[in-house]
Amino acid sequence: MAMLEVEDLNVRFYTEDGVVKATNDLSYEIEEGERFGVVGESGAGKSVTSLAVMRLIEEPGVIESGSIRFKGRDLLELDRDEVREIRGNEIAMIFQDAETALNPAYTVGEQIAEAIRLHLSYDDEAARDRTIELLERVGIPDPVERYSDYPHEFSGGMQQRAVVAMALSCDPDLIIADEPTTALDVTIEAQILDLLADVTESSDTAIQLITHDLGVVAEFCDRLMVMYAGHPVEMAPVEDVYYDPQHPYTVGLMSSIPRIGDDRDRLQTIPGRMPDLIELPSGCNFYPRCPYAEEACTRREPALVDVDTGDPADATVHEQQSAACLAHTGELRGELDYTVTVDDGREREGSASVPDGGHDDRTEGSQ
Amino acid sequence: MATRDSSTERGRITVDGFDVESVVDRDHIESWTPSFREEAGRGRRYYAWQRFKRNRLALVGAGIIGVMVFVAVFARPISLPGGVPLLGGETVQPFSLAPADPAEQDILTGHTAPTLASITSSDPLGLHVLGTDWAGRDILSRIMFGGRWSISLGFIAVAVALLIGVPLGAIAGYYGGYVDSVIMRVVDMLYAFPFIVLAIAVIAILGRGYWELVFALVAVGWLAYARIIRGEVLSVKQNEYVTAARALGARDRSVITRHILPNAMAPVIVQATLSVGTTVLTAAALGFIGLGLSPATAEWGVMLNVEQDSIARGRWWAGVFPGLAIFLFVMAINLVGDGIRDAFDPQGEADGSDGGFR
Repeated sequence: MAMLEVEDLNVRFYTEDGVVKATNDLSYEIEEGERFGVVGESGAGKSVTSLAVMRLIEEPGVIESGSIRFKGRDLLELDRDEVREIRGNEIAMIFQDAETALNPAYTVGEQIAEAIRLHLSYDDEAARDRTIELLERVGIPDPVERYSDYPHEFSGGMQQRAVVAMALSCDPDLIIADEPTTALDVTIEAQILDLLADVTESSDTAIQLITHDLGVVAEFCDRLMVMYAGHPVEMAPVEDVYYDPQHPYTVGLMSSIPRIGDDRDRLQTIPGRMPDLIELPSGCNFYPRCPYAEEACTRREPALVDVDTGDPADATVHEQQSAACLAHTGELRGELDYTVTVDDGREREGSASVPDGGHDDRTEGSQ
Repeated sequence: MATRDSSTERGRITVDGFDVESVVDRDHIESWTPSFREEAGRGRRYYAWQRFKRNRLALVGAGIIGVMVFVAVFARPISLPGGVPLLGGETVQPFSLAPADPAEQDILTGHTAPTLASITSSDPLGLHVLGTDWAGRDILSRIMFGGRWSISLGFIAVAVALLIGVPLGAIAGYYGGYVDSVIMRVVDMLYAFPFIVLAIAVIAILGRGYWELVFALVAVGWLAYARIIRGEVLSVKQNEYVTAARALGARDRSVITRHILPNAMAPVIVQATLSVGTTVLTAAALGFIGLGLSPATAEWGVMLNVEQDSIARGRWWAGVFPGLAIFLFVMAINLVGDGIRDAFDPQGEADGSDGGFR
């Protein structure tokens, strides 16, 4: 049994324009100490997924069906007090924008100490000591004096460190980091990721890292899930996805990463944009933007399947690489013919439509 | 910070020879060490107070209010009623600044005009510096003593209105949905009545008296605060720190009181300060039309009421001085209110011209 088991999660937002299907039959698991990446464009349902795990979906959003089991308890069946006990204490959250995630009216120290007092029932003195310890642990110099500083007196990187300290305050078993480095510059980003790696290794904390930066995922995560329009389209260990992506959307994301020294005139993008989550296209949600789309894609919605066998994916098998593309069930006439080139000169081919194999050697970007 | 091997693999470019380790390992090149300390941490309130202190007009206003409150408190001795458990029946404030008993009547000296001689006299006792009213009561003493009614009405009515309006508005804004609809529709409904008409209706039902007057003023006063705070809460609750507090397992109550209200109070504080003035005016207006306190009390509006015809008959002092007292207090409150608004709104000061766009 994995620590976090999300099964067939469906979150809906009932807006005046219609029902927004934010996540659709989403299933994934996170082991203790695992680093799980969730990748996708803006609006793919990444943040909604994490808010659902925290039971923080607000009106007009509803968790319509599915289950979220944390250490065997279904979070969706707990009452408000029980959920509050888990929030911060066992599952903590790191937010994207540290500047707005800190309350300007209180000192940084007080805000961190608040959670400690609440969950660990420390007295004021002990909570203060632990907060200073935490500030030191996340690398804030002069933690004793910094305790009584206000958020606006911290730099962006320091604010994010403080937010990390807040998430760590009660030694949670799972940290949900919602784009923790998006608002930071690259050097600070590297420092924060190092910090997260350190603290999670030392206390065996699992992390669900939400990001749209594939580079961050490559460095940081063990496994990842690629989301598109509220659907998981690919889920696999990081190496498999990077060297051997199995869903056209993943390939599109990877080919869109700008690189230093690139001689292309324009940045490559995926044509079009994410469909309106109120009226999803029939069949595969990605087909309007997919270079490999065929008529079959408009009619049949591909299921998430094991790319090696073509059988329905099993969220409990973590080594499995699964993708939601008709190519893997042999229903696509063409093939996913792209190649992934790695710096060291080795060339890896997109091994598409695996059931019967068969490759073509067109290079990346030729569409 | 050590080098990150992985980051150099990301692009196609690899940099060699930029030896980060040597920076970390070497001794300091010179004695300079980075200092991360600046001046001690201080909150927004501190900076608001600093800005307020630099606003001369606001300080003058605060000074006027301070003097008027001081005079009202020390105008006559204060004795606690016998029923109070502690110090019951004792005189807690023995000073008496007012030259005469504000209630002491003497028909013979009725409508004594203030004269230059009585104002410049070194011993004002018994000379009626500001003249007397129709019953021969010393107007200066009555104004000094009457501040107790007028000023306390303003502050108490506003405080009670805040205690009602702020929680209701915050709950409406935070929870939304039906709760919001119900509370705000009540507010809308009460807003449909003209301010003074509603107050008159309340007094017509409850009768005259100090606490009845407070109730009437509160009944119309809390609406503005509920509306303002609801709007502010709606915007403040979008901030990520509110979600962050909830993600840390904070209760709704503590999210509202600790995280939302402190960041939503500034406009309410400004509004409340300014409405102390308007509340005093309303109380005076109600007193003037005979719906305030009893005609015998020295409340400023009531004093104007009983001397309605005095100016027409040439006894200008009986109406001018209580009116001046009201004017002075309301103006001082407005100066302070403007100062507080500027203090909470740094942008207004920065561009210097107009007070921001709030």
